[in-house]
Amino acid sequence: MRELTFGEAIDKAIEDAMARDASIVLCGEDVPLLRPALYARFGADRVLAAPISEAAFLGAAAGAAMAGLRPVVELYMVDFVAVALDALLNHAAKLASFSDGDWSCPLLLRAPCGGGYGDGGQHGQTLWGMLASIPGLTVVVPSTPADAYGLTTTALAHDGPVVLLEPKLLSAEWLEFLGRGGRETMTFDVPAEGARGAVAQAGEDGAAVPFGAAAVRRAGSDVTICSLAVGVHRALQAAERLGAEGVSCEVIDLRSLRPLDVETVVASLRKTGRLVVVDEDYREYGLSGELAAVALEAKLTPRFARVCVEDTLPYARERELAALPNVARICSAASALMA
Amino acid sequence: MQTHGLAELYRQMGRARAFELAVERLWRRGLISGEMHLGTGEEAVAAGVVTQLRAGDGLALTHRCSPALVVRGVPLVPMLREMLGQSDGLCGGRAGHMHLSSREHLVACSGIVGASLPRAAGFALAAKRLREGAVGVAFAGDGAMNQGMALETLNLAVAWSLPLLVVCIDNGWAITTRAGSVTAGELGARAEAFGWTVARADGLEVEEVQRAASELLARCRKGKGPALLHVTCPRIDGHFLGDPLLEQSRHLTGSAAKQTLGRVMSAAVSSGGGGALQRAASMVKMVGTMAKARRETGRGDRKDPLRVAHQAVKRAGGAVDVIDAEVEAEIASAVERALAGIEVRDA
Ligand SMILES: Cc1ncc(C[n+]2csc(CCOP(=O)(O)OP(=O)(O)O)c2C)c(N)n1
Ligand SMILES: [Mg+2]
Repeated sequence: MRELTFGEAIDKAIEDAMARDASIVLCGEDVPLLRPALYARFGADRVLAAPISEAAFLGAAAGAAMAGLRPVVELYMVDFVAVALDALLNHAAKLASFSDGDWSCPLLLRAPCGGGYGDGGQHGQTLWGMLASIPGLTVVVPSTPADAYGLTTTALAHDGPVVLLEPKLLSAEWLEFLGRGGRETMTFDVPAEGARGAVAQAGEDGAAVPFGAAAVRRAGSDVTICSLAVGVHRALQAAERLGAEGVSCEVIDLRSLRPLDVETVVASLRKTGRLVVVDEDYREYGLSGELAAVALEAKLTPRFARVCVEDTLPYARERELAALPNVARICSAASALMA
Repeated sequence: MQTHGLAELYRQMGRARAFELAVERLWRRGLISGEMHLGTGEEAVAAGVVTQLRAGDGLALTHRCSPALVVRGVPLVPMLREMLGQSDGLCGGRAGHMHLSSREHLVACSGIVGASLPRAAGFALAAKRLREGAVGVAFAGDGAMNQGMALETLNLAVAWSLPLLVVCIDNGWAITTRAGSVTAGELGARAEAFGWTVARADGLEVEEVQRAASELLARCRKGKGPALLHVTCPRIDGHFLGDPLLEQSRHLTGSAAKQTLGRVMSAAVSSGGGGALQRAASMVKMVGTMAKARRETGRGDRKDPLRVAHQAVKRAGGAVDVIDAEVEAEIASAVERALAGIEVRDA
């Protein structure tokens, strides 16, 4: 065990895997200086600086993955996947199916996601629902350094394409780079347990976190709150507050959206009969609707509420914070279900 | 074509610079959030090109947009109010400084690198059908020219014979990467190969930029197809405010630089990984990038375009001091009005 920040945990998992597996190469814009330790250790042959040509380098990475390499691709932000979506949607994600399972595309896409630091609506999206809607992709979003290490480690041994999203609010390095810029005058509502914590390392128990396994972060009997990433921490805070009012919440950290741990969600819903989805992604056509469908398909009809992002994120800080799932919104949604 | 005298160009450059410096002060006070990319160093490009635009021309800008907006005449107070996140800002406080737009001025910015080219191509297409003689203009960085949609626009604009001017602002950098190190060939030659008309200008010389822009725009307005203006200039304040590359390379013995160095050194000697030569090559490259950042033109240096213009106006007997004072007063008053009613929580 070692104390690491969220970002360090991902870096470390990549570094450990690169030391084990010479087929891993890392590419992305600015990676020599963004990941200087990897660049210094593995050299320019394995840490490749890319031009601002996401469609080309993500597409090339998918091709390289077909031909024996295991590329890790970094995007500056998940918002920019828009310019390179074809490589994921029509290629990396389709290969296993088109080859009837014979050919796989072991590609890891790492991208910071999410808002909460006032960067505006083109730079604060999560988009995990859109990505997780694609068969053939694995989409994981850790909420703690331990899971960040564990899910990255699993991804780097996985046979198919994986998208690993890194919530910027949890990742001190990104937040400093994009949000604070050395200023003491700027503050962010960072959940401490998500930003820094003990991490099991290679060889230790818990060093790899399996895909499709949710974690129950708090047990409860009245309301099930399903979330991921920053939302988990907001939900835990809300659960604490609701607990004081006599409402017992179970908080499930999904961790992995595709595959989704339906069993854990359904088992909780059987107990509580109430579901609140806390999702930093867009409300319509996404995770929250998906979880409602999961309940219905399990022949359950829980009382249901969702706390999501409802529109393009506004730049103005106060308004952004109000638009993001926050403790007050979660508490009022859960309380309404108890009424 | 209307040209502007050197003094007027200098005034526009001064306005753009003073605006950026005001923005920096607001940013440092924590009143502006997000990645704040200053356009310091680009003033001659903004003044030289944007003074040549007419009403009805469409302008597509990037994440580094304010100098061009200031010169275009977008009102300063609403622009500042937007950056301050106020609901009476230019875009209702919803867009912020990377996504500013003004329908009235037919100008819009985007933080998606490369997106200004197809957007301006669309402005050009609309101009062709709706506003004869008008053009679409894109500002784009040197890094942006490698974006897929930018390269595709090189082709599209010829296929559709669009009245499009792309102004490539070549500051040598794409964040921490030397743009040239990941760019094949020469940008102007690239566009020429697609059949574009290309001109090159030195971004330290505002009159040179203006002349080149004015000639290219005249061609575009006459329906002679797209044109590229490739201008070199410095990146004075790093990629954005608080840029750690700039910070660390200017303060090599500071704690941040030492921390980075410590991490790099311990990784460089870890067992497993590249050979000694490769590792050494990486170190040399990193040090080289830092040295480049360290040598970058600073405010008021010999190669600061504002200083170059200042001296040129002075030599020509222009009233530099009067212009400077007027510009300063204009911006100070805009900032004061923009801050009205905002609770400032300074320590
Ligand atoms: C599609 C996309 N990829 C990556 C980024 C991250 N990014 C923001 S600015 C920048 C560098 C742009 O370089 P250049 O075009 O030369 O403009 P400059 O910043 O030098 O003015 C990058 C990579 C982005 N905003 N959009
Ligand atoms: Mg550049």
